[in-house]
Parts: sequence; structure tokens; C-alpha cells
Amino acid sequence: MTAYLRAAANVLVHVPDLVRYGSKPWRETSSSNQAPGDVFANLRSFDEAVGYPPNQAFIGNLPPENLGEIPAPWYENPLAGASPEGHFGEILPQDAFCALLEAADQFGLIMLDKERPVPGAVGSEAATALLKKENPSKEYGEEDISRRIEGGEALPLFQEGEIIGCVRRDHDSDESLDARILLENLSAKASGAYALSRLLMQERIAPEHVEYVISCSEEAVGDRYNRGGGNLAKTIAEMAGCANAAGVDVKSFCAAPVYALVHAAALIEAGVVENAVVVGGGSMAKLGMKAYFHLEKGMPVLEDALGGVAFLLTKNPDAGPRVNLEVAGRHAAGKPSTPQGLAEALVRDPLARAGRKIASVDKYAVELHNPEIMLPAGAGDVAAANYRMLAALAVMGGEIAREEIPDFVETHGMPGFAPTQGHIPAGVPFLGHALERMRAGSLRSTMVVAKGSLFLGRMSRQADGASVLIEG
Amino acid sequence: MFKGKKVIALGERDGVPGPLIAECLEAAGAEVVFQKTECFV
Amino acid sequence: MDLENQAAIKSIADDIGSENLMVVLGMPGEGLRLAVETLTTGDPSWAGPLAGVSLGLPVFHILEETVRAEVPGDLYADKLLMMEMVLDLPQIESDLADMRAAG
Repeated sequence: MTAYLRAAANVLVHVPDLVRYGSKPWRETSSSNQAPGDVFANLRSFDEAVGYPPNQAFIGNLPPENLGEIPAPWYENPLAGASPEGHFGEILPQDAFCALLEAADQFGLIMLDKERPVPGAVGSEAATALLKKENPSKEYGEEDISRRIEGGEALPLFQEGEIIGCVRRDHDSDESLDARILLENLSAKASGAYALSRLLMQERIAPEHVEYVISCSEEAVGDRYNRGGGNLAKTIAEMAGCANAAGVDVKSFCAAPVYALVHAAALIEAGVVENAVVVGGGSMAKLGMKAYFHLEKGMPVLEDALGGVAFLLTKNPDAGPRVNLEVAGRHAAGKPSTPQGLAEALVRDPLARAGRKIASVDKYAVELHNPEIMLPAGAGDVAAANYRMLAALAVMGGEIAREEIPDFVETHGMPGFAPTQGHIPAGVPFLGHALERMRAGSLRSTMVVAKGSLFLGRMSRQADGASVLIEG
Repeated sequence: MFKGKKVIALGERDGVPGPLIAECLEAAGAEVVFQKTECFV
Repeated sequence: MDLENQAAIKSIADDIGSENLMVVLGMPGEGLRLAVETLTTGDPSWAGPLAGVSLGLPVFHILEETVRAEVPGDLYADKLLMMEMVLDLPQIESDLADMRAAG
């Protein structure tokens, strides 16, 4: 049995009023008692986020390569006539996401003011489907909400500066059930379910058809006795109406999406299931991560959206390109955790085992971080650095000359276009583009390569990574 | 240059990471007193 | 530069003295410039523990000529040579020269 990639969906949720609860802005505003409103004077409107060229590339309306032709800064050069509806994705406004957060909550954690302005229509078929699947929760009065906020047991939820509700903690001494942590987890659940719902709508697949869901989200769901215990996958499956799907989380920081693809394909190859979905919800903690660098340079706060991705794998050979598990890279614990060590283990070695050259892969999908977000923070152009490393490997292997590095990068790479959402940029946002190109006959193969910063957890100085080849 | 010197090794995930800088400097005779790898993603 | 790293480096410099301490960096580009500035004249973003603190530490990049000459050849060839191609070494060396000339 072989596993094939049938569909990909990328979603963005524009949440300017949640930027204040990103880890960095939260720490800054808590320590300086500065009102977030003062700090974040330069948040974007929904229309600005929709017109932002990298966001259009993310939802499939613009080939990533075309970003190179758009003059910098991209935030000053929106795409004319840009739509929140994409070829394989969409962008959701905050008021609609608030309704999704409420639908994701089964414990009365999200308390929305019954007098709040309610949007006339959610505007997204995928989001609307999620609202129908849950019973409407109780609505609350302003007094009830403000009492909890003032008492310190709840955090306010805003819409354009006005308090429209709150999220409350569920235990007064369990920091794993703190209001901000629960909001972070509910945001990952709701955005992940939204991505899955979009995938199903896009492909006209009944939710009940899905057999298995693997989440690659990063959030540590659980109470104090099992922080990170997880299974966000199953809660996402439930919310999206996948009543016949089991679920499990696969985690390895930003490398998780590729592990999840490999695991899903392996389950299909082994005959355990006939189809499987890989889903990743957004990371609230990373909202506004580099906002202070952006503001210092007079830029808008570009980390204002949650990302979500979902992929459907099946055993049906007519569905799309093959997930080639014979060319899947892994980085062993004894390997050096350097960019070179990772590139050798993830790209050079698996290709060599299959008797193939690095340049034999049409396009590499590496960590596709938007450089316009990264560069002002001194973080370098992550995608470009990854492509140069692959080119350098090809030089060392005698495939190309050193002078050909820029050509290799141009031919086999692309500019980064994904928001800083940890695992979301991990190569996989290109898969929607790859599917379209493979079906049109303009692309034969793509290798997805993701890396994870294991050392951030302080358990090891190692990095990690995973890769897999997808070809028609 | 590095023999007997105390050195801080501050690397980056997509550049040269801290542990590799430390390994090279220790081989050059330095005493690495702090090493870290920055990550912006 | 990361605020926790700033705090850690400040505390090390306070403990053992700036005169006996060197820093070797591994990042390119704007990150290199920010790190050099933070560790010599102080945090330019004025957000971290090194804001307004001139540690004046000698700062180097692991790939620059004077440093790589100190690394055993086989180790360099094995683990650093490729990073020259990835990180644009001429750019790093000219950035460092500019910063040192500017004092």
C-alpha cells in the first residue's frame, strides 16, 4: 500500500486584539504596566491583512515566487482586489473567530457579552460549519464579565478596543488552567478545527469519512498533573464533526508537521487506516513576538494572525502525488545539531540512499518564514539560509560549482511567505501550491524539510528535524 | 588568542549554533563560560 | 538580543570582569550588528538589562579570519567550512570591519 497526498488547506485568522496575549507583548505590558493600546498603535485592519502579499501566497492566490517581483516593503504594496477566499485557504476576521472560540469551549471558559455587536454573517462556509456542530453556549451580562475581570480570574476579550467578553481560568491554583493558557489552547483548537473544516469543504468530503487525525500543534494541553498531555487532535476532530476519527498529537517543536505527514503516510501504508488528516492549529504565544522591532522601525505589527494547516492523505492512487516514505530524512540523536548536520541528515543522506542527487528534486519546501517579519529583528532570512545550505551541500557533493549557488537557490527555492507561527511555516504551507502544480504538470517533486529547536525546552542542546519527498 | 581565555559563545539556530562555537573554541584552548543558541522562530 | 541572554552575560561580566572575557558570535546580518552593539556600547533597543551598559567586550565572529585560524583545521573543514558558503563570509567580515571602524 502507498499513501498519496490528496488535499491541503492553509488558513489565517486575523486577531489584532489577541496580539496583547502573545508571550512577548504580555510580558512587556505586564512588567511595565503600559496599556497594550499604547504599545500597539500600529495594528493592521482586516483588509490590510488580506491584501498583504505573503498572506495571499499563504492561502494560494499568489505563487510564492512572485513575491520576489513585489517591491519591498510588502506591507506598503498590497495586492489589488485581494480576497480572503483563496485557492486552498482563507482568512477569517476576528469577530468570526470569537464565535469559533466560543464553539470550541465546552466548559464555560469563554464568556461573551450578550449585548456585544454580533457580525451579521461569519462569511466563511468552513467556519459556519463549526458553529452548527456545537450547542450555543450561555450568554453573559456585562456585570458578570467585569466582576470576573476585576477579580483577576478572567482576561478581557476585545473587539476594536471594546470589551466583548472574557476568558476565565478554571482553577484558582493550577497554572496550567490559567485564563491565558486556556485561551492559548482554545485558539489552537479553534484555528486547527477551522483549517480541517476548510479542507473538508474544499474537497467536498463528509467529516465522517475521516478515519484518523494527527495534530502537530505546539500547545501544551493538560492540567497541572499532565501539562502537555495533549490530544488536541481528537478535540479538533470532534469540533470538525469527524465522529469516526481517532486522534493523536505528534510533537517536535517546528519539525512536527513533517513527522505527522510521515506518520500518517506510514499508517496508510501499513493498512491501519485508509485515510488520515494532519492538522496544525495556530500559536497565540507567538503573536507579536517581534512586534517591538517592527514598531521601532515604523512598521505595522505583522505578527497579527494565527495560522492553521490541514492535509488529507489517502490510499487512493488517483488522489494526488505519492508521499514517498523511501525518501524520508531523520536526524539521529548522535548527529551534530548544526545547520549542516541537519541538512546532511534530512536531505543529502535520504536522497543518496535512494541513489538520487540533491538537484534531482524540483522544489524544496524548507522553513518558509516571511523574511519581512524576520529581518528587522536581526533573525536573518531563514528560508534563504536554508536554501543556501542545500546549495552548499550540492557544491560539496560535486553536483554544482560554488558560483552556481544563487542559481540553485532561485531554481529550487522560493521566498518565505508564512507567518511566524512556529510549526506552521515548516515547509508544509507550500504543499497546496505543489498539489496545484503537480496536477497541472508543472512540478514533479517537492521535498518538505522542517527543523525544530529542541534546545528551547532546556532538556537537551539538540536540534531536530524531519523531511519527506512528495512526487507525482 | 584563546588559550586560557574565558569566552562566551553566542550562536544562532540558522547560523552557527552555540554548542558548535563552544566546541571550536575549546579546541582552540578557550574556557567557555556560557553558551547559548538564539531562536527567533 | 534576547533579554535573558543579556542578563546572563551581564552577570558573568560582573563576576569575572570585562577585561578577562571575550565573546564569539555565530549569527550573520542584522542580528550580528545588534549583538555587537549590545555587547560593546549597550542594548540599542533600550529594552534589556544591557540598556545603557557599556560592557566593551571584545567581540568576534566564529568565521572571521583571526578566529578561524585558531580552530584546528580538520574540525574547521568538517563543521564550519560549509557555513562560510551559507552565511556570506565576505559580508560578515565587512560588517565587522565597519563596526570596529565606527568604534
